[in-house]
Amino acid sequence: MTDPNSVGLVVPQTARFDQEIRLKSGACLPGFELVFETYGQLNAARSNAVLVCHALSGSHHVAGYYDAQQKKKTLGWWDNLVGPGKPLDTNKFFVVGVNNLGGCYGSTGPRSINPETGKPYGADFPLVTVEDWVEAQARLADRLGIGTWAAVIGGSLGGMQALQWTLAYPERVRHGIVIASAPRLSAQNIAFNEVARQAILSDPDFHGGHYYEHGVVPRNGLRLARMVGHITYLSDDQMAEKFGRQLRHGEHRFHYDVEFEIESYLRYQGDKFAEFFDANTYLLTTKALDYFDPAFDYGGDLRAALARARADFFVASFTTDWRFSPERSREIVYALLHNGRKVSYAEIDCDAGHDSFLLDAPHYHAALGAYLEGIAP
Amino acid sequence: MTLYGRFDFDHIARWIQPGERVLDLGCGDGTLLKFLQQGKGIHGYGVELDPDNVTACIRNGVNVLQFDLERGLQGFEDDSFDHVIMSLSLQTVRHTVPLLKEMLRVGHEAVVSFPNFGYQPHREAIAAGRMPVSKHLPYQWYDSPNVRFFTIADFDALCAEQGIQVRELLAFANGQPVAGDPNLKGEVALYRLGRQGAASGG
Repeated sequence: MTDPNSVGLVVPQTARFDQEIRLKSGACLPGFELVFETYGQLNAARSNAVLVCHALSGSHHVAGYYDAQQKKKTLGWWDNLVGPGKPLDTNKFFVVGVNNLGGCYGSTGPRSINPETGKPYGADFPLVTVEDWVEAQARLADRLGIGTWAAVIGGSLGGMQALQWTLAYPERVRHGIVIASAPRLSAQNIAFNEVARQAILSDPDFHGGHYYEHGVVPRNGLRLARMVGHITYLSDDQMAEKFGRQLRHGEHRFHYDVEFEIESYLRYQGDKFAEFFDANTYLLTTKALDYFDPAFDYGGDLRAALARARADFFVASFTTDWRFSPERSREIVYALLHNGRKVSYAEIDCDAGHDSFLLDAPHYHAALGAYLEGIAP
Repeated sequence: MTLYGRFDFDHIARWIQPGERVLDLGCGDGTLLKFLQQGKGIHGYGVELDPDNVTACIRNGVNVLQFDLERGLQGFEDDSFDHVIMSLSLQTVRHTVPLLKEMLRVGHEAVVSFPNFGYQPHREAIAAGRMPVSKHLPYQWYDSPNVRFFTIADFDALCAEQGIQVRELLAFANGQPVAGDPNLKGEVALYRLGRQGAASGG
């Protein structure tokens, strides 16, 4: 059975860029590859392209599926948003998803072969920033013949990229759509990232980041990192509602195996993640999050930092998101107001914490869908 | 006939210069801002808490900010708007005085409208022993979203006490401006307010 609201079976593509890219850190990559997917048709005026930026664990696989027999298992991470008749309607928009530089889904990253050594980069892969990602994405836009995006959209770290696009290429973005994001991480946020990194760095199987050569992966570290992260993506209420103090065996057994259901859930999430995600990518992605701070070069003045933006904006946050709280989104909104930008802001009542941005709460998709409908060429 | 059927819009529009920055508090579905955008080319923003109204504003092509007015306007900068409007919702807000002061901090002028409790039929209802229910006070006492009940005379007294300058007052009944005693004949009051001592921008 085919779902008329699905983009259906999709196949990723790879773009190779032979011109070197100088990174914010000063490091240089002689060239790179980006894996991407597209949905819908680019119109003749090339005015309907939308870039979807992914967050920490996301990828270029935004919508559709890879295997018709295993649709659910191979579904894109934002499939509920992107498709024919969905809020980001592929009948109207040409949607591009891209795996970022340093990623582990096929774009050049720590698993790739370092042409200088003939071995995987591992820990030698340079640290990349949100600015670098946008630079790489801009080259993909050039390659695809997209001069101006109708919109750049992302949640969380993806929202930071959307914001950065409006600053790095003000003339190339008509609408910045920034969801469950922040203009910079708080100390608490960086602290959580640091715990996650230490979990990986202190795993004996990490081998200073060159674990590929040893035929192992720092599974335990990655697992712990994901467990910590996962706690922060959910809300206290939702966790209480979903798991409460439910016991696996209905009694206290006085051991360290799974007793409370929340333990089981976290272990499952950690195990699943450690199966496929690359530890070096995890490390460098958390650093990209920590470094992002467009106001840094403006003495901390976000209003001054956003003065370059020319786009219109839609900003959204979720009431129970304590990792990227509504207050952080409001900071962006007020800085945009200061600069006279057109901006709409939705603060959505949803109990799922930070992960709300991946769900389809009715008021969330209604507001976002209305905005997207209004900007369709 | 007025556009969109709201009798006060034309009067509000008369106080707004083309190209102004306008903030509409409790903007509903954005109809007033849309009207002012089309008629006056204003740069408008609405503040609205109800999620369905937020979506309606977006559909109307109006910038909308889903903020809770009870938290005040602290994120808005001084003098960042030419006019701050609050149309028929002042009576629904608990922190009346702080909000009025905030409106005049953020905007050069404030435009406020509210249902007048002193309207003659309302007085008659009270005199007959019942709370008034009318076109602009359509609720029963037990289901009203209104939390402040006041007359034009009450509001004038508050403005005088708080150093808020009343620059213009229009009173309406049945969608028409009324002559004579506004507090007796006016069903709805529409005020243009400014800071005491500041130049009138009207």
